[in-house]
Amino acid sequence: MKFWIGMAVTVALAAGLALSRTNEYFFYAGFVVLQFVVLATAWNILGGYAGYVNFGTAAFFGIGAYTAVVLFKAAGAPLALQILAAAAISGLLGFGTGLLTLRLRGIFFSIATVAVIFIMETAMVNWRYVGGATGMQLLRPPVMEPFESYTRMLFVAMAILAVIAVSIARYIEVSWIGRGLRAIRDSEEAAECFGVPTLKLKLFACTVSGALMGAAGAAMPMYMSFIEPPSSFSLTYSVSALAMPMIGGTSHWLGPVIGAVLLGSVQQIVTVTISNEINVLVVGVLLVVFVVAAPDGVLGLLKKLRWLLRSSR
Amino acid sequence: MSFELLLEAIVFGVLLGCFYAAVSIGLSVAFGLLDVPHVAHPAIMVLGSYCTYVLGRYGWDPIVAGIALMPLFFLLGVAIYRFYYESFEKRGSDAGVRGLAFFFGLAFIIEVGLILVFGVDQRMVEAAYIGRSLALGEFRIPWRMVVAFGVALALTAGLTIYLSRTFTGRAIKAVAQDEPALRLMGANPVRIKQWAFGIATGVTALAGAMLIVVGPVEPSLDRVYIGRTFAVVVLAGLGSMTGTLAAGLILGISESIVLMQFGASWAPAVAFGLLLVALGIRPQGLFGR
Amino acid sequence: MRFVSFILGLAFSAAALAQSAPVKIGIGIAQTGTLGGGGKAALLALQMWVEDVNARGGLLGRKVELLAYDDQSNPATTPGIYTKLLDVDKVDLLIAPYGTVPTAPIMPLVKQRGLLLMGNFSFQVNHTVKHDMWFNNAPWGDATSWTEGFLRIGQNIGAQTIAFIAADQEFAQNLANGAKEIAKKSGLKTVYEQNYPPATVDFSAMIRAIRAAKPDMVFVCSYPNDSVAIVRAVNEIGVGPTVKLFGGGMVGLQFTPVMESLGSSLNGIVNYHSYVPGMKYPGIEDFLQRYAKKAAEAKVDPLGFYLPPFNYAIGQILEQAVAATKSLDQKLLAKHLHGHEFNTIVGPISWGPDGERARPAVPMIQFRNVADKNVEQFRQIGKQVILHPPQFKSGDPVVPYEKARGGN
Repeated sequence: MKFWIGMAVTVALAAGLALSRTNEYFFYAGFVVLQFVVLATAWNILGGYAGYVNFGTAAFFGIGAYTAVVLFKAAGAPLALQILAAAAISGLLGFGTGLLTLRLRGIFFSIATVAVIFIMETAMVNWRYVGGATGMQLLRPPVMEPFESYTRMLFVAMAILAVIAVSIARYIEVSWIGRGLRAIRDSEEAAECFGVPTLKLKLFACTVSGALMGAAGAAMPMYMSFIEPPSSFSLTYSVSALAMPMIGGTSHWLGPVIGAVLLGSVQQIVTVTISNEINVLVVGVLLVVFVVAAPDGVLGLLKKLRWLLRSSR
Repeated sequence: MSFELLLEAIVFGVLLGCFYAAVSIGLSVAFGLLDVPHVAHPAIMVLGSYCTYVLGRYGWDPIVAGIALMPLFFLLGVAIYRFYYESFEKRGSDAGVRGLAFFFGLAFIIEVGLILVFGVDQRMVEAAYIGRSLALGEFRIPWRMVVAFGVALALTAGLTIYLSRTFTGRAIKAVAQDEPALRLMGANPVRIKQWAFGIATGVTALAGAMLIVVGPVEPSLDRVYIGRTFAVVVLAGLGSMTGTLAAGLILGISESIVLMQFGASWAPAVAFGLLLVALGIRPQGLFGR
Repeated sequence: MRFVSFILGLAFSAAALAQSAPVKIGIGIAQTGTLGGGGKAALLALQMWVEDVNARGGLLGRKVELLAYDDQSNPATTPGIYTKLLDVDKVDLLIAPYGTVPTAPIMPLVKQRGLLLMGNFSFQVNHTVKHDMWFNNAPWGDATSWTEGFLRIGQNIGAQTIAFIAADQEFAQNLANGAKEIAKKSGLKTVYEQNYPPATVDFSAMIRAIRAAKPDMVFVCSYPNDSVAIVRAVNEIGVGPTVKLFGGGMVGLQFTPVMESLGSSLNGIVNYHSYVPGMKYPGIEDFLQRYAKKAAEAKVDPLGFYLPPFNYAIGQILEQAVAATKSLDQKLLAKHLHGHEFNTIVGPISWGPDGERARPAVPMIQFRNVADKNVEQFRQIGKQVILHPPQFKSGDPVVPYEKARGGN
């Protein structure tokens, strides 16, 4: 119950901010942070719960963006429809990738997911309808009441998407699916011996993960009013979506959220005040530091802190 | 599609393929033999290219610079492996995922570091053999490709001989095949792996020099080379040096033909496509154990 | 008494100048990446204008401040940069990024926010969005203005076939598409056409294919990194004896650092430009001398032929428009810009309804007798011979290309 209250408060807060007189740039930057909440949560479903390190976030994100563009260009579809379609297509891509690669162990799976990124990017580069390598300018439709600007509306839409993503992740975590995924992460062979349907569960996780990443990508073209392949399929999305859960903590749904909010906010502040590169450097350095020194992330550190405080009494 | 163009494409493909093999050979050792999830290998190669560029500004010939950098990169490799071993390999099961994430993060740190120091501009080197071509009748073969081909061949041959003829070389192969047995025979597998990783990284310095001879470099070049190097290593079969050469040639020739027939927009997908096909159909590669 | 009132007057005007908020002009402009070589020179020229206008009392009595960020020639960065300029830095006026590719992404943004945008050497970047507050400083208009010179020169020496290579990006595609149509209408036969991804570095395969197709003319639409790679590839393996004209739309061969590093490899190429020594405009010689001094200090392109005069012109146009309308209101300024002609150091400038030049004139030049590693040589007449338009013409083309190049 507490969870649902929390989610409702989050959406109300987002809407309230959007209708207030807060500076426009807050929503521009806040959109990106919320987008990473969705991406990190989505990544964690396969990467954190099941232990399959997916480097291919950019592929699902990019295909989601391009699906939205196609729907927008062909039929002038509204944002909600773009997001749904993007989720469906990326989910399908996730399913297909899973079929092809989930039989491979560890690093082979990860490298295969990188391959998917480049193949999808090459496909979009060669498709003139969506602009090829040149890209496309996109004129946003007029914004609907009561929002003052399209960016504010996107901010609220992304907040709702984040709430949906977190709810799905939480559901998976506490259900039998989560138990099965954890068994796979601990020892896939043992899980299979116990009759856990490992392939089905992994495919499910891969599909859901891909669908959510695609949904996050759908809002990107409208946000930028522009789309082009290199930035849509940038490996930076992959490394961020991986770093944020690793930093926040991979075993609980709250971990990716903490990681995304913390790292995303730092990134946005650094982009505005210092430079764009330092932004990526921050991600890389924090990832390495946490992976080496704090493998259970911020949540793990908090747990240790609580244990220390309790045991010192 | 004329026969002459096809022939030129194949010749270019052979030169390119040998270059790809040399670029991947460090990964063949690090990943193929030592099982280290070294996704930062292309990034270290690009680092080698930039070091070559810096030396080039002082008048060094790029290939000479590459050879001079090898001992430095050897030490770098030893340091990286030591760190990786202490942080991950020792600790067991979960380490696989985190080790992978570590190398991914390392690759990004190197890439961004290069951007911060050198900017995003393309960098080139000058040499007597860059910018001129060998004329064989109607064919024109750029000298820079011939030089890269020669160096690549020498490097591959050298490493193959080292691994099969010398004592440490064979110890490296042994540790890849059966680590417990090696331990029982009194050799320290960690030291051997450290040494091997160092050699793999040292070789990568020369690969980086070849990379900047063949064309201009920029910091994000490592991204597309992840596909090329892993495609070669997987197609070869883990741990096979001659396999690396064969796989490199296959990749080089396919890329060259696709380039000629379909244009440069499809070329990057060749390596990654080959990689997926290899993983899907024959994960142990052509010559794998 | 007079001394006191003088000091008081000085203090008051200084206080007035300091107290009223500065007029902020914002721009994202490439300082690194493929366009960086040109962007650095352009920014220096803009900064020169800002110094000059502030010495004259600023705009509307307020000091002018230029805020510039590096877009790294990457179109993905410009929406963020311009949003930051508008919402965080709160600038009063915007100048577009240098180049079509970084400008394309922000056209929807400025249209939907109703903002004035001063174009900076883009090509047809407004043709889809059709923003009515866009004013481009470049000397070209549509594809005809750019390509007719090249094609006419070719046809005058008997060329009948043509090959096209173009980068797959906004500038090159706009230009190539326009050029192909005009070539068809002129009765030229296209024997080879190829688009390539912008990041391509190896052109040997394309040059080989062109050689096999044996065209009379080769029209190239490329950005600086690819232009350099193409020139090197052509000099490395040759393009064949049939080619009479090679070049046309290669960006970057006007940047001084590129000209210096390519040196004699440039010989024979027929390419577009905006200003070369020999073209007479009021005030330009004086500007170039002042620019050369500042460029030497800033260690930037010392010649300043291509972009700097036209960037200084943007400043001049803004200054005249703001003074005439006595406001910074974007709509008022746009209306004024549409209805008037402005005198600048590159001649009079006025625009058509699409925001492009009303009277375009694109010089086509041929590189001749260029030596290696010599920057100052380009100040001499005769290194960049003007073949078109007639009012500036200084010579006839040397053909075929391989002979003009001095190659094998």
